[in-house]
Amino acid sequence: MSKGAEVTLSRRDLLKAGAAGAVGIATVGGATAIVRPAVAGAQGPHVVRGGREHIHAMGTMGDVDTSLFDPTTFLEHFDWGTVSILPDGRTLRHYQITALDRPIEVVPGVHFEAWTYNGTVPGPTLRCTEGDRLRIDFTNAGSHPHTIHFHGIHPANMDGVFEIVKPDESFTYEFDAKPAGVQLYHCHAAPLKRHLHKGLYGAFIIDPKDPPLAPARELVMVMNGFDTNFDGKNEVYAVNSVAFHYQRHPIRLEVGEAVRLYLVNMTEFDLINSFHLHGNFFKYWRTGTRPDHYDYTDNVMLCQGERGMMEFSFEHPGLFMFHAHQSEFAELGWMGLFEVTGGVVV
Amino acid sequence: MAALAEERTRDGPAEAATRTPLWLKGVLPLLLLVVLLLLFLSAGPLGVFRTAFPPVEELTLERISFPEPGRMRIHVVNGGPEPVTISQVMVDDAYWAFTLAGNATLQRLDDTTIEVPYPWVRGEPVTVTLISSSGVTFTHEVPVATESPRADRRYLSTFALLGIYVGVVPVFLGLLWLPFLRGVSRGWTDFFLSLTMGLLVFLGVDALAEAVAMSGRVASAFQGIGLVTLGVVGTPLVIEAVGRLRRPSGGMGGEALRAAVLIALGIGLHNLGEGLAIGSAYAAGELALGSALVIGFLLHNTTEGIGIVAPLARQPVRIAMLVRLGALAGTPTILGAWIGGLSYSPVATVLFLAIGAGAAIQVVLTLARLLARREGGLARPLNAAGLVAGLVIMYVTGLWVAV
Repeated sequence: MSKGAEVTLSRRDLLKAGAAGAVGIATVGGATAIVRPAVAGAQGPHVVRGGREHIHAMGTMGDVDTSLFDPTTFLEHFDWGTVSILPDGRTLRHYQITALDRPIEVVPGVHFEAWTYNGTVPGPTLRCTEGDRLRIDFTNAGSHPHTIHFHGIHPANMDGVFEIVKPDESFTYEFDAKPAGVQLYHCHAAPLKRHLHKGLYGAFIIDPKDPPLAPARELVMVMNGFDTNFDGKNEVYAVNSVAFHYQRHPIRLEVGEAVRLYLVNMTEFDLINSFHLHGNFFKYWRTGTRPDHYDYTDNVMLCQGERGMMEFSFEHPGLFMFHAHQSEFAELGWMGLFEVTGGVVV
Repeated sequence: MAALAEERTRDGPAEAATRTPLWLKGVLPLLLLVVLLLLFLSAGPLGVFRTAFPPVEELTLERISFPEPGRMRIHVVNGGPEPVTISQVMVDDAYWAFTLAGNATLQRLDDTTIEVPYPWVRGEPVTVTLISSSGVTFTHEVPVATESPRADRRYLSTFALLGIYVGVVPVFLGLLWLPFLRGVSRGWTDFFLSLTMGLLVFLGVDALAEAVAMSGRVASAFQGIGLVTLGVVGTPLVIEAVGRLRRPSGGMGGEALRAAVLIALGIGLHNLGEGLAIGSAYAAGELALGSALVIGFLLHNTTEGIGIVAPLARQPVRIAMLVRLGALAGTPTILGAWIGGLSYSPVATVLFLAIGAGAAIQVVLTLARLLARREGGLARPLNAAGLVAGLVIMYVTGLWVAV
């Protein structure tokens, strides 16, 4: 560490961080500092100093315990259910979901008393194909009445609104998976605001049957926030719950690798949230329901409950940021990095 | 006397019968308290004490300073009943890197300093929020960020000069009224004594109100109102008691000098509080030291000088004594400004303000006793008018210094 720097980073740590790419945020040994290699792709970062040798050090200190919930694993983990074939030849997918009260670590060292589906926030990403029969056994092991309200087309008594499931009770939802697209599920017990911001939500993806989507690296990001002091405002913003997780642990991609990202906005209290990708553009299908109708952009805005599907691949290697384009959300945790490797270094 | 003797004889046999020494009688309840506490601690919390209440966390951000551009320092104290772990720091709604001196978990009454490499903007507000392990937040807003004073020659000399302007000069100017007071009749001397009383009633109430207002910024464990009570009630009693121990000889003349010394001491303590307020407001970026404010303090404090010499109107006094009285009343402003600017602490500020208020009360009591022996006392129309005039003078000159 060169003289005059205030943050306790070792020289080795900085080199390690700087080797990661062009311009980026390195998080090492608990401290965060912007590092900038002298030449893109080259070794030897410099800590950026202001006129009076200060370090811009936006971000949190330390890391969360990922043994109970790892956002990196969650990104690509899908619950396909237990599959069986019905007499009429259709696929039956059987899911188990339990509501549990559990503290979760949303910022290093900060624990939020969450209400969860299967112990995690977001709940498991349910995955199926258009036309499948879905059966979801829901048990409420939490301390308050809950439901599961799925977005989709289904009978009224399967809507998870009026059939309140009290603690220690169960309910089975059964319906056909439609329409194809990016859907979501969440608790619909009152008060809604509390049941949602406490963490009872998840992504629900119905793949189109005909034609199926082209193969791609598939990622799920649920945009959310946490009101840790219960003042009706979020202290933490993130995708997949942990502030700055993908900044501390960048998502590794290859140059040219096809990426499909399912984005769901479950942020409570704030009217909108957004997703901005650096150094790239993406195709964006709102709700993922109309293959012929998409945007080509680098920034999308979503209302609560709104979701979409995007596809992109990187032309250049290096560290590329993605974050809410509301600076406040970004600086309160909703910020991450793609670390793109391979290809020709220009 | 007979009753007392009887009581003593009644006490005697009782003590002899139990053979318990007196000190043990005094200490016994305390011993039992210790035993009870030990039992409670070893048996663990019982029943209602064990219910799972959410932790009551309380942190007080006592001071935020800006040692240099790009760096800020937060001084925080745990004034709540439970230990609190500081997990993250937010500045202006952004998580920020920080270094924390010692353990991030603060026990009750523990304090620590957090250094944040934040590029604060001169002249703009900064809001700092600490977030605890349970997600509770503690926020402090600095209305105007400005580089904090350092204990260098520039700062010390600037504030010494300021103290001289707003504390020493006006007091000495006020002392120059002594020849005038000597010339007026006894009735008018009493008028000026009453006027001094009015000035000090105003100062006392003002300091008390400040102390009460500031007590809200004190961590609750340090009981702001308790500090105010201690200062306001304790100060006059201590000054009175000390005064009685060292009663100067010389009858009436000695008593007048004693009154003058007590008034100078009271005003000095008041000015210490005033200096603290100026220094800390400057350090906290809440005060622009404009010349209007300095002029205001000049006017305001000149009246304090009359107060000191008013009791001395009818007796000879050496110049050296007058200088000492002036210094006693005026120089604490400099000291206060230094302390306030360099190591501002809500606890010390509340205590000093309360001591200042208590000192003013003591002076008022002294003057009241002095006047009571004069013809007509305070009820005399001229004296009553003097008291009201004192209040009005403070109010009007205060129009320039209200910040």
